[in-house]
Amino acid sequence: MIEVKDLKKQFGQKVAVDNLSFSVKKGEVLGFLGPNGAGKSTTMRMVTGFLPVTAGEIEICGISMIGSPTEAKRKIGYLPESAPLYNDMTVRGFLRFCASMQGLKGAARATAVDEAIETCFLESVASQSIDTLSKGYRHRTCLAQSLLHNPEVLVLDEPTDGLDPNQKSEVRKLIKRLGEDRAILFSTHILEEVSAACTRAVIVDQGNIVADGTPDELEKQGGGSLSELFRKVTSQESPAA
Amino acid sequence: MNTWTIFKRELTSYFTQLTAYAVIVIFGLLSVGLAFTFGSFWRYEDASLSYSFFWWHPLLLMILAPAVTMRLWSDEHRTGTIELLGTMPVSMGSAILGKFFASAFVWLIALALTFPIVVSVNWLGDPDNWTIFSGYLGSFIVCCTFLAISSLVSAFTRDQVVALIVSVAICFILTFCGIDPVINEVRRSGSAETVNLLSTLGVYSHFLDATRGLIRLPSLIYFIGLISVCLVGTNLVLKSQRA
Repeated sequence: MIEVKDLKKQFGQKVAVDNLSFSVKKGEVLGFLGPNGAGKSTTMRMVTGFLPVTAGEIEICGISMIGSPTEAKRKIGYLPESAPLYNDMTVRGFLRFCASMQGLKGAARATAVDEAIETCFLESVASQSIDTLSKGYRHRTCLAQSLLHNPEVLVLDEPTDGLDPNQKSEVRKLIKRLGEDRAILFSTHILEEVSAACTRAVIVDQGNIVADGTPDELEKQGGGSLSELFRKVTSQESPAA
Repeated sequence: MNTWTIFKRELTSYFTQLTAYAVIVIFGLLSVGLAFTFGSFWRYEDASLSYSFFWWHPLLLMILAPAVTMRLWSDEHRTGTIELLGTMPVSMGSAILGKFFASAFVWLIALALTFPIVVSVNWLGDPDNWTIFSGYLGSFIVCCTFLAISSLVSAFTRDQVVALIVSVAICFILTFCGIDPVINEVRRSGSAETVNLLSTLGVYSHFLDATRGLIRLPSLIYFIGLISVCLVGTNLVLKSQRA
């Protein structure tokens, strides 16, 4: 469902992503690991069509993100790293706006908004203005917008960042559940999340994939410890993001 | 469809953040206030409202229009919502148009709410209402031009204050390079070509024709051309920032 081939991104002289290739199939949750500045967010921004690629090919459900970006974007739900929201709107108003932008109308839109609110446990704040929300609720509101159009592909950039341990656990369970009938690409630098939510993981460093496998395989490669493998395959001093 | 969705969101935002109310009230008070004071409405018995009322509009709009649109794109950059918009199945062009039309609609309301002065001149005398309508059309199109300029400027920066200052500076130059005192000064020392160039580039000569009931094709081309260039420029700037 996500096919990335020889992806490259260059900002001036700096190569942020270098010949990256990977694929995520239906029912798979791919953890995208790497130190800060490894190129995770840049890759996700290219996969979701926000950043143009320097070279390479991205296909979402067989549709080229470079050739037909609008059609490809319809297949994706995206949670950006900073969970950006329109602060002057209420949670429900924001979700209604996002649903309309995804082409939903009338009863279908109302149902999608209600379901997203329920899935992300937002009932208690649905009528509240977004600028009054705590970080956890803000994150979940942004996650909810990514689920509205029931996308076949989910791209989640650090979905548990800034959440408390209970919320983290809830979101991991949610990702696992959503991944049963979707393809999910999610980035993190919290290694415990790999075994908690992923069916497969890749470790990225300086724009290249340096390890790829199931959580068990990766742990074996690291002599029983994923963090050991992480330290071994990633550079200690990563460039700034 | 998406332009309409963005238009509705932006328009609601202008009213929830009170920007629209501030603009409507301040513009209404200043434009009518200036007409009855410095505009010498009573002395000139200006039933067409050309000099007493409309003449002040570009001066007010060069500051107030950028104040409305300074956040148009700078806020999207600052809060990161540009990433949401950029990954939704919509073209950036429809987002630019939706935002532009929403800000223009706020100004349409602000201009419409100065109607008591039109009622007054109709009550006091027998004005040419077509000329008055044409004056309003001129004001609205000058306003749209300034909005498009500040849309372009706000695409460059995430700092609203910088967007405001630069936009006001550009609108100030466009306003003052065609205003009578400046043109007269240049006429004394400069060549006829310079005078022509300044009055063609400035908004006033085009605007004043409209306030006299003359909607000329070159003026329409001037305004629509400027608006189109700025909106297309906004699209190019937003694209280049992601490259």
